[in-house]
Amino acid sequence: MRRSRFLPWLVFILGAAYFLLPLIATFDFSLKLKRNVYSFAAYANVLGDPLFRQTFGYSALIAVCTIIVGAVLIVPAAYFVRLKFPALRPFVEFITLLPLVVPPIILVFGYIRMFGSSSWLPFTASRQGTNVLLTFGYVTLAMPYMYRAVDTGLRTIDVQTLTEAATIMGASTPRILLRVIFPNILVAVLSGAFLTFAIVIGEFVMASLLNRPAFGPYMQNVGANKAYEPAALAIIAFAVTWAAMGMIQLLARFAPKAASHDE
Amino acid sequence: MTNEAKGQNRMAADFLRLEGLTKAFGPNVVVKDVDLAVGKGEFVSFLGPSGCGKTTVLRMIAGFERPSGGRIIVDGRDITNLRPNQRKIGMVFQAYALFPNMTVAGNIGFGLKIAGMGKDEAAARVSEMLKLIGLAGFEKRYPYQLSGGQQQRVALARALAARPSMLLLDEPLSALDAKIRISLREEIRQIQKELGITTIFVTHDQEEALSISDRIMVMNAGRADQVGTPFEIYNRPQTRFVAQFVGTLNVLKGKVADPSRRAVQVNGTLINIAHDLGARKAGDPISLAVRPESVSLGSHEGRESRLHGQIDEVSFLGSVIRVRVGVGGDNTLSLDTFNNPAVPPPVAGSPAEISFSGKDLLVLQD
Repeated sequence: MRRSRFLPWLVFILGAAYFLLPLIATFDFSLKLKRNVYSFAAYANVLGDPLFRQTFGYSALIAVCTIIVGAVLIVPAAYFVRLKFPALRPFVEFITLLPLVVPPIILVFGYIRMFGSSSWLPFTASRQGTNVLLTFGYVTLAMPYMYRAVDTGLRTIDVQTLTEAATIMGASTPRILLRVIFPNILVAVLSGAFLTFAIVIGEFVMASLLNRPAFGPYMQNVGANKAYEPAALAIIAFAVTWAAMGMIQLLARFAPKAASHDE
Repeated sequence: MTNEAKGQNRMAADFLRLEGLTKAFGPNVVVKDVDLAVGKGEFVSFLGPSGCGKTTVLRMIAGFERPSGGRIIVDGRDITNLRPNQRKIGMVFQAYALFPNMTVAGNIGFGLKIAGMGKDEAAARVSEMLKLIGLAGFEKRYPYQLSGGQQQRVALARALAARPSMLLLDEPLSALDAKIRISLREEIRQIQKELGITTIFVTHDQEEALSISDRIMVMNAGRADQVGTPFEIYNRPQTRFVAQFVGTLNVLKGKVADPSRRAVQVNGTLINIAHDLGARKAGDPISLAVRPESVSLGSHEGRESRLHGQIDEVSFLGSVIRVRVGVGGDNTLSLDTFNNPAVPPPVAGSPAEISFSGKDLLVLQD
């Protein structure tokens, strides 16, 4: 019996409309800066603003630092949890979920109290120190995504046997991580990296409270003072996020293929 | 392990020596006081069922598990507490464990790079290894582009490339299909002989162990039950477990009739056996074992002992027909006859006489 395909299509169209209509409306609005004519004038204004380039560049740089610090911390941690302390996995997963539960505003106030200029480790006393603190904050914020991406990557390879195979050939732990484990989960790490990038580019609370010239506060400032440019900015931010997601999909094709055990 | 086995063990030159090797995971002792001496260039198989501790012994030799007791000596040097990456041992895993991100050449050359070998020398060694395993020209392929048998050959080449002092093979053939398994095991044995490398091979497949080993250590419940040549293990099993685990075995239950004349009684028939009955007295129960190939249907020259019964089952196995004959009591014997197209196979339910030689009967120690 042939089943009707009407219902699945209806659900798909309703779902797509729910997500796409506001986006289309925003895009439509962003093109109406000039009266009675569609134009990209709002986009030209945004892209021509030196503050846009400065804040976007700053956030992109912080995002790259966040990705590096995150990968250096999380890849070995997830590897050791999987290899040596599998019993700790539920606990570690719980810890990595905390940033989703604790609001960033609580986190950043905690940072300011702990690492304020009068504390024993005064990160906020200098611009560089605050940048470092912001990076650490973003590493924490992105941890649930990065950890899960890395853990999923580790699940696709036989971590224990590969480690043992490399060890018996004389490799040290850092070499195993660098030459064997990391290349085989690179795509997973990059997935986490692009998610991190998307989070950091749009983040407002931490950057604002630590008073850093990031893209999030810039978007908020433009949104408070202009009409059409915020819509254009929203579309640009969407484009950046989608590009990041597209890169994840693209990179998945280049993942090292697991060897088959079949004859 | 029996005294005879220990004696044979000591006779071998000891390139690898396991002394009282024990391993416990919490209260669970999985390897109990294993002693073994392996000569240089010898091929020794650890044979036993799943969970008998054979892989744990291998992993202790590799350094992946720390022994709870005992010592591991390689070439006179105690390596018990050495880390795996300092032992200079090659190992092939059941799951191949090739690095998916590296080519065949990258995989084989991995250990050479770590050892600090020059680029040209390493490339030459990789070529030599590829030639040895019959995969010359496969340098640039990735593991996923190879069949299971080819991957395992590359794994073997990778394990041998750095010229280790010893080769450990952890059920390397279990993931392969039957035909490839047979050809690869012959290839492994040939390469091992060619290089003269001391090799430990873990398997649960008795045919595999019997066909390629110089000696076999049969393990049961964490202990080494018997160490011997395949011939000794098959023909002179020292324990009931070895007798039953290696090959098909018929067990006959009887009673000692006259210990001085080595006479036993099975279902009222008096049989003289070749083996000593030890301290058994007349009337003591006794278990005797005989291989299917040592039993004939009907009378047979040189097989003087006879039992009568009824054919219970006939299984056609191609070149061989396996016949199960009930000879009274709990005693049932399996025997193999060659398939002769001109002769119809035996029929289940018909009466049968079986014959065997008392010399082929083994006394099982319980």
